[in-house]
Parts: sequence; structure tokens; C-alpha cells
Amino acid sequence: MSNVSVAGALPANGATAFDLNRVAELLPEIAVALGQTFAMLLVAIPLAVLAGTPLGIWLYSMSPVGLKPRPKLHRVVDALVNTMRSFPFLILLIAIIPITRFIVGTTIGTAAVIVPLTINAIPYFARFVEQNLTQLGGGVVEAARAMGATRGQIVRDVLLVEAKPALIGSITIMTVSFISYSAMAGLVGGGGIGDFAIRYGYYRYETGVMFLAIILMIVLVQSVQIGGTRLARRFDKRR
Amino acid sequence: MISIRDVSTVFTTAGQTFTAVDAVSLEIPRGSIQGIIGFSGAGKSTLLRNINLLERPTSGSVVVDGTDLTALGDEDLRRERHQIGMIFQHFNLLNNRTALQNVELSLKFAGVGKKDRRRRAQEALDIVDLADKASSYPGRLSGGQKQRVAIARALATEPKVLLCDEPTSAVDPRTTASVLQYLSDINAQLGITTVIVTHEMNVIKAVADNVAVMEDGALVEQFDLADLSRPGFSPATQIGRYLISDDITLERRPRVQQKEATLV
Repeated sequence: MSNVSVAGALPANGATAFDLNRVAELLPEIAVALGQTFAMLLVAIPLAVLAGTPLGIWLYSMSPVGLKPRPKLHRVVDALVNTMRSFPFLILLIAIIPITRFIVGTTIGTAAVIVPLTINAIPYFARFVEQNLTQLGGGVVEAARAMGATRGQIVRDVLLVEAKPALIGSITIMTVSFISYSAMAGLVGGGGIGDFAIRYGYYRYETGVMFLAIILMIVLVQSVQIGGTRLARRFDKRR
Repeated sequence: MISIRDVSTVFTTAGQTFTAVDAVSLEIPRGSIQGIIGFSGAGKSTLLRNINLLERPTSGSVVVDGTDLTALGDEDLRRERHQIGMIFQHFNLLNNRTALQNVELSLKFAGVGKKDRRRRAQEALDIVDLADKASSYPGRLSGGQKQRVAIARALATEPKVLLCDEPTSAVDPRTTASVLQYLSDINAQLGITTVIVTHEMNVIKAVADNVAVMEDGALVEQFDLADLSRPGFSPATQIGRYLISDDITLERRPRVQQKEATLV
């Protein structure tokens, strides 16, 4: 890491003021950190959506109120999902190191963080999907059944279509949560803007640099939220 | 056309059993409009759902156009449902699909190819005079228009039977008349056997040929609507008599005289 090279540039009094020169020095590193954050989100979130959606549909379908209730099996998978979601992210990060090594071949760096992020995000998103489908109510499903739709058609052509705006909202919430989770990436050298804020602001008392990093995170969260809300609204035809 | 034979539907929740439909038998002639009337909880909606097996009867059989639906497996039943259209009190349209796409959906489920789907959906919308609303989302339509889209959706697959669950209970009286006019026209022109469940006798009087009266899950009486105009005809059961008189009758008690002082 470049920590060593910038150590000499640290002001003697541990400057708390917002020093433009210092910011200019760190710009390349900030750019790298932002890139790492984007990499984490752009891999983990789509993978979570890809894997969490079928899991969520399954949870909905097999639930006692679902399309094909299988209460006993549902209870088992339901408990598994809860177990996965119980781990504090930091502990999950460490606990699954063998799995991480198996999947990406390393246990440090950005790639290594993406594995626990994704594993944490899958059950998280599955719950969102289950919730969104359950809340649609039985009316459209009953109509589709009366029309002689297969279960697959009910899921694809009815439930996912009606839940689309809510699902976009859920992806937005998940992305914002994982911007925050990704800050713990530093523990395994994963980098990212959150880790940058912790290293410079928290460990080295460079408050100005920390503020800059936090402002960048605020901008990131705001953009994700505003973009997500707009997209959800565009797909929502209820009014 | 529809034979309901000794059908019972029993619900079990938390060890308690509830008989929603109690040994009902009913013959509905081809091309007729059959009304089913009763108060809330009388079992009329469950009986309607027994016809297309959205609710599978606990016992008894349902024969539609010669096919015993209760004897069919899931896959065959699903196919038979393409011959049985259904509309609902709350329309049950997809909010995120346009009127045309909603109608196309029933055709898609019935296995109609993409090109035919569009054309037939447009034709169905034309029947309910909503061709100009094809690209509108349900959120932009009035209650009556939504129900007409739902009717078009049910008709598009050219079913033999149309089941209507409280089709006018969520719309105002004038819209009720319009929706019933469409149901009546469709029955007359296409010969679709129609079953209408309602708690409103004026709906039955306006559109039905025959009516079945339900109470506590049982079919307590049925008569021909033509009988109503026969002098001296009166339904056999008290609930039947109550239902055909549209009046709301209360026992109005004399007002309690309030003392001036207590009113302040």
C-alpha cells in the first residue's frame, strides 16, 4: 500500500484543517479507493440479485401462502437464510476465508472482499424479493390461476412484473447498505473509499481527508438513492 | 353446461372446520345467465371458485361442458381453465401492464402465438369499446373501464363459460348498469354461459335468467327470474323474500326525549 510513501508528508501537528495540497497529493489514492468501491458493488450487487431473486421466489413459492406450499422444507431454508443473515459482516468476512480462497484464490485484496459481500448480500436480497412478492396480494395471482397460467408464468409474467418497482427500490437499499459494509474491506486489504476514510481519518487523525472521503461517500449514496428512486418511479404505473 | 353435483367445501384452520359450501347441486343450462345471491359469508364466492377449481371442493364433482374437472390432474385442469373466463370484484388487473398487455396475458397463458395475441386482444378490447384505451395503464382507467378490460381479458380466449365474482360491487350504480349491459350483450351475441355472484338483487333482476339463493353454505332455493313477474309469486324462503325486496327495513325506535340541560 502507499501508506508508507505518504507517511513522510504527514504534517507534524497532525493537521485537522482542510489542506488542499494534502488532498491533491492523495487524489490518485482516492481515485483508486473509489474504483475499488465500485468494483465491489458492481460485482457483489448484480451477483446478489442474480442468486437472491430465485432464492426469494423459492421462499415465496414454498411458503404456506405461496404458489406451491411446502411448509416443512420452507422452514428449513428459512432458518438457513436467517442463520446467514445473523453473522456480523466482520465475522463473516473472517469465517469464510477458506471459501474465499477456494473461489478467488486469495484471501486479501478487493477480490477477496467481494466474496463475503456477495455471500452476505444473497440472503439479504432474497428476503427483499420474498417480501415484495408476498405483499402483492393474492388478486393478480388468483386471476392468473383462473386464466390457466403455469407457476412459471405466474412468476415471470405476473409477480416479477408487478414487483419490479419494489425490487428496484430494494436493490437501491441494498446498494446503499453495502457501500457501508464495504468500508470493512480494509480488514483484509480490500481497499475502497470507506477503508480510505478509516485509514486516513481514523487511524492517522487526518480529519480533513476523512471529511473528503465521507463527502464522497455521501455523494455516492445520494446518487444511488436518487437514481434508484427515479428508476423505480418510472416502472411504477400504479398512478 | 355446468353441473355442480353435491359439492361441499370445508376449510380447516387451526383445528376448526368451517363448511363454506354445504352439499350444493346446481344445473346451469348452456347459454344462460345464472345468478347466485346471498349475504356475505353465505358461500357464494367459494361456490363460484369451485366451478373452475380455484377452490377444490372437499367432495362432490363439477362438470363443465361434459368434462369432470374434479377428476382432472393439475396440468389438464390448467388447460380446461382456458375455456373458463373469470372476472373479479377488484378487477385483478396488472398495474404495470397496459390494457392491451393485460388482455394479451390471458392469450399468452392459453398458448396463443405472439402475432395472433395482439390482434385478438385488440378485438376483445373492441367488444368492450375500449380500443382507444389499449395503451393506457389501469391506474389511468375508471373502475368501470377496469372491469371492462377485465371482461375483455376473460373473453379473449373465447371461453365457453364466464364466471363473475361480485363484478359490480366496487363500482357506482351507473357503472353497474354499463358493466351489466356488456355482460348481457356478450351473453346474447357470443352465447357464453355466465355465472354471476352478487349480494345485490337488482343486479340479478337486471341480467340473470335464473337465480340460486344461498345461506350458510347451502343452496336454499332457486327460481326463474320470469317467475318474479308472475302475479302471486313469492320466494319460498324468508331470505329469498328479503332479497327480492330491495328495501332496507329497520325497526326504528322512538327517540329518547333528551332534557334540555343534558344537551348543553
